Amino acid sequence: MQKMLTIISNVLRGSASRNGTRVVVSARTYADFTPQASFDIKKCDLYKLEEGPPLQAVLTREEGLQYYRTMQTIRRMELKADQLYKQKIIRGFCHLYDGQEACAVGIEAGINLSDHLITAYRAHGYTYTRGGTVREIMAELTGRRGGIAKGKGGSMHMYTKHFYGGNGIVGAQVPLGAGVALACKYLGKNELCVCLYGDGAANQGQIFETYNMASLWKLPCIFVCENNQYGMGTSVERAAASTDYYKRGDFIPGLRVDGMDVLCVREATKFAAEHCRSGKGPILMELQTYRFHGHSMTDPGVSYRTREEVHDMRSKSDPITLLKDRMVSNNMVSVEELKEIDVEVKKEVEDAAEFATTDPEPPLEELCNNIFYNEPPMEVRGTSPWIKFKSVS
Amino acid sequence: MASLRLLLRSGKNAVSAVLRREFHGTPPAAVQVTVRDALNQALDEEMERDERVFLLGEEVAQYDGAYKVSRGLWKKYGDKRIMDTPITEMGFAGIAVGAAMAGLRPICEFMTFNFSMQAIDQVINSAAKTYYMSAGLQPVPIVFRGPNGSSAGVAAQHSQCFAAWYGHCPGLKVVSPWNAEDARGLLKSAIRDDNPVVFLENELMYGVPFEMSEESQSKDFLIPIGKAKIERQGSHVTLVSHSRMVGLCLDAAVVLAKEGIECEVINMRSIRPMDTEAIETSVMKTNHLITIEGGWPHFGVGSEILAEIMEGPAFNFLDAPAVRVTGVDIPMPYAKILEDNSIPQIKDIIYTVKKTLNV
Repeated sequence: MQKMLTIISNVLRGSASRNGTRVVVSARTYADFTPQASFDIKKCDLYKLEEGPPLQAVLTREEGLQYYRTMQTIRRMELKADQLYKQKIIRGFCHLYDGQEACAVGIEAGINLSDHLITAYRAHGYTYTRGGTVREIMAELTGRRGGIAKGKGGSMHMYTKHFYGGNGIVGAQVPLGAGVALACKYLGKNELCVCLYGDGAANQGQIFETYNMASLWKLPCIFVCENNQYGMGTSVERAAASTDYYKRGDFIPGLRVDGMDVLCVREATKFAAEHCRSGKGPILMELQTYRFHGHSMTDPGVSYRTREEVHDMRSKSDPITLLKDRMVSNNMVSVEELKEIDVEVKKEVEDAAEFATTDPEPPLEELCNNIFYNEPPMEVRGTSPWIKFKSVS
Repeated sequence: MASLRLLLRSGKNAVSAVLRREFHGTPPAAVQVTVRDALNQALDEEMERDERVFLLGEEVAQYDGAYKVSRGLWKKYGDKRIMDTPITEMGFAGIAVGAAMAGLRPICEFMTFNFSMQAIDQVINSAAKTYYMSAGLQPVPIVFRGPNGSSAGVAAQHSQCFAAWYGHCPGLKVVSPWNAEDARGLLKSAIRDDNPVVFLENELMYGVPFEMSEESQSKDFLIPIGKAKIERQGSHVTLVSHSRMVGLCLDAAVVLAKEGIECEVINMRSIRPMDTEAIETSVMKTNHLITIEGGWPHFGVGSEILAEIMEGPAFNFLDAPAVRVTGVDIPMPYAKILEDNSIPQIKDIIYTVKKTLNV
């Protein structure tokens, strides 16, 4: 056990150091740390379910470090995006995810990369957890050729394998997600689709149409309502006659989950995934979470909610702090170790931002490419009859 | 028993259906096939060819299709591949697009394209734009099909033509077949195409039989999307049309030929991409252009053709302004006399030809 821990920690340290030199993390050896611990997690409210996820979650040191690193990366990446937006290097829409990191990281921890996921426009965190790099995400935000969509999509239209964006039309991604789940069932690969939407989108008619069909056809779909209490500037009480979003699926079983606790989200996701994979059909998870920023970069986020509320959530319910406190108080990591991860993450994000600001914009020759797939080159009309662009697949 | 029931149905439709069933696998040299049956055969063959192809829509399975286009398919392929949906266009169109994104090849039927308006966001924002927004990462191989345009006595909410609406959008292919051969070849091409295709059928054409050559009955008979067909050679005036109106143009051409006016009739087949070159070549020969469509005039298919001719080499060959023959700029009325006068008739085409030629 000790030997295995040493090997694992060596690997972690080796990958952590950027220029190959060994980094002395602390004077303590890894035998001093608790390899894993069991934590009480909040009981989920259940709807049409006999039993729910377990009330305890086991967290290993490796998992803890990985969740911490991932959440911290998302956090720093979003804060960097905030900075770049204020410098006018990022333009248009920019919806930041800080505060909600536990949702993206917890969900990914409960599924496999071979599963599928689709979300709305607050998508940078998911693009990362689904396999995008900070570099290509930031370069997409700044609209450069190194962006994950070559600069053609922007903040709301990022894609990667088994991740279907990034969708700008509120609620439209929900039927799409059920369609992905239909393909999973049709192709018989025991995969599922996690289909996310917000509290604002939850009132969309097409979502109820989707609940109906997903349930009728028993699609392996986990509907996830990321309830961050506000649809743009409209609080849940002002938008929904019933704010029990986990019950809104009517005939679909649901659970309400503490979305600020990465372990709670993970256990709930595992539970939901098991439900889907066993052929029982769709299930609905409401993640109660909070966004520290306003709706988007043009929204200071304080005209419809109080500064005290935001401050309160930041100081008492920060998902990263919650995880950190758990791990430190259980002697699973040292504070220095986490600080070191912070330094590495900061560097990674700085480097990515450097790339995102210096990478050139896509060439004009790219303007009309990627209209059709698997198509011979064609001509696309420009702004006047004499201007023609070449378009390749 | 099945044959007897078929025979009891009216006319040529039944005969061709019986013939098809009798000669399954070895079609005779040329045979009469209705547009409906051509579509049905194309669907059947493409589903047999590729397991990822499936059909969803209202009443496509157990009802055999609202217009019987999918007759027999549910019996052959079952629930997995022929799916009846609830009456929720936005939902099932979105589901179809999602399935296409994840590796299947759905055919999404709208009972009529009027109902596609409920789902148009999914067609445009989720299907058409995604390959571009993802810079080539995410193709969407989907076909949206169903009857488009005016029918008979179904009034305003059920008679709109959407060719111009969908033809407006980059990222979509839009086709509008006229006869059985068009229907068969274009549907096969649409299903095999890796991009979103809007396939505009016409309810009044479903029951019309056409002779189909042996070649057009082959399982790999494909009509390329983006290429028009000259249905009739002529030298005095070019008539450009799509869907049912092509038939009217040909009828008008027969009448005009008796007076010595030879019309060249072009069947567009594709709205987007449009075969502008074919139209230009024809105009450079005849020096006169008239477009004929069932849809409304403003911002329509004809408007686009005229604009492109203005901007291209054919302009200098025009001896008279190019004009459009279109549906009347009103919501479709119900009473037969009003409805008949709301869409182009053969006499309107003849009148316009003579005005254009100044005879």
